[in-house]
Amino acid sequence: MLPEHVKSEILSAVEKYEHPRHAALEVLLIAVEHLRWISDETLINLADLLGMSPEELDNRATFYNHLYRMPVGKHVILVCDSVTCWIMGFNGIRDYLCRRLEIEVGQTTSDDLFTLLPIQCLGACDKAPVMMIDGTLHTHLNPERIDEILSTYGWDPGSWKSR
Amino acid sequence: MSLEEYEQAGGYQALKKALREMEPADVIRTINEANLRGRGGAGFPAGLKWSSVPTGENAPLVRYVIADADEMEPGTFKDRMLLAGNPHQLLEGLLLAAYAIQATTAFIFLRWEYTQARAIIRNAIAEAKEAGYAGERVLGSDFSIEVRLHVSAGRYMCGEASAMLNALGGGRAVPRPRLPFATVSGLWGRPTVVNNVETLNNVPHIINRGGDWFKGLSRCKDGGTKIYGASGKVKNPGWWELPMGVTIREILEEYAGGMRDGVRFRGLLPGGASTDFLLEKHLDICMDFTSVQQAGSRLGTGNMIVLDDKTCPVGMVANLMMFFARESCGWCTPCREGLPWLANILSAIESGAGEPSDLEILEEHIQLLGMGNTFCALAPGAVEPLRGALKYFREDFDRHITEKRCPWS
Repeated sequence: MLPEHVKSEILSAVEKYEHPRHAALEVLLIAVEHLRWISDETLINLADLLGMSPEELDNRATFYNHLYRMPVGKHVILVCDSVTCWIMGFNGIRDYLCRRLEIEVGQTTSDDLFTLLPIQCLGACDKAPVMMIDGTLHTHLNPERIDEILSTYGWDPGSWKSR
Repeated sequence: MSLEEYEQAGGYQALKKALREMEPADVIRTINEANLRGRGGAGFPAGLKWSSVPTGENAPLVRYVIADADEMEPGTFKDRMLLAGNPHQLLEGLLLAAYAIQATTAFIFLRWEYTQARAIIRNAIAEAKEAGYAGERVLGSDFSIEVRLHVSAGRYMCGEASAMLNALGGGRAVPRPRLPFATVSGLWGRPTVVNNVETLNNVPHIINRGGDWFKGLSRCKDGGTKIYGASGKVKNPGWWELPMGVTIREILEEYAGGMRDGVRFRGLLPGGASTDFLLEKHLDICMDFTSVQQAGSRLGTGNMIVLDDKTCPVGMVANLMMFFARESCGWCTPCREGLPWLANILSAIESGAGEPSDLEILEEHIQLLGMGNTFCALAPGAVEPLRGALKYFREDFDRHITEKRCPWS
């Protein structure tokens, strides 16, 4: 079942539209904001609210960058892999993030703290290379900056260094 | 810029003028006189788009206007600062567009990642409503308009105007057939106009000062100013509002400060990932729609991506193709199947596993994925930089294949 506060936020979003199904994407985004990802059970509940079949709603839920149909960590790191960031050193940034977090792109850390995903151009090419964590943009990336940034999200570099 | 600051700078005077002194048709005529061409990449005349919305007694009463704030073209960052820096200028342009086509609802379709702009625009909409510039009976006139912010769930395809209508409507962002035009049957089957953020930002100034003034700002026959940008290994990456038609050299050398120490210029994409390469010999051409097209590329978004001599051109094209392959919506077969093949071949060449015959396959696909063979412009855009790369950087492709490695790695 959907938590009450999520359900009420969804119902008031639906009211802005002529037909409930028109609200599908806004509703899915609300669900991700509160529940991190869309489980099969959530999908069925939402489809029911929107008067759609779960398959129809899944057709939307599987299409967009910010609708997760698999569990993600507490913080989602979106690292830009588009052309300007690539020119400015994306490969090194990606490799460094993977080494530090001990995961591949597309995976979640074992402590469930971070999920690392690629993203298309974040529209900050004048400050490349860049990444976004939970909607906050981080620019001019280099290894030292990455360590600092990750620490502010509760990552402990000490535990990594001591190994 | 706050509402107060915007008003002090002359903000919302154009909306007042339009509502008090101008018929909707006068607004459209003024925009036509200015020759305002769309700043999102395609360059379609904004006034012409507005005038194709059905009018008269039998026209549908519900009509929509959408500000395309879904800036996602790789290498492009001009709308980001317009959205966050001066939200009321966008709103005024949007409200004028809404008045011109007598729309009932205006949307701002904003990409999810522009979180800073999200809060600023949400606040600006509330301020505009409070001040009587939006909502019921705008400034005491008979014109009413609801303004809504739509935060996208995120996908490059949403930048394709017909796919955006599907996304805003709650569906998958796949393109629609060219006909009927969106201005006749768009969002939820109603007449809909979609304009880029930068395009709309020009509108209040044109209404205030007229079409001739706007045309006089430029150095070519395309009117007005343009927000140009440069990224890559230049000394001073950034964006600048300049007269339409300044030369590439001026932007690159005077504003972007030239190349960083230790690297040399090799080429550039003039307006995003789906525009073709230009070289040193092209630096003195003007950055306007016609001149860039004559040089074999497109103005696109006017935000250029610079390739330097320490960066592998094959790797750059492989990166571009990987992007397009991932962003293909899968709706039509040539794009869904063709782009991953091209991406794989380019990656193989880049890593030293390419064959001489691969270059023929690449050449062939420039035609096969070109305009007319696909449902929308994504795949034709994807092969644009490949075409130039194969022509201008041929020996770099050959070296990868004969040396079986990337000479830059």
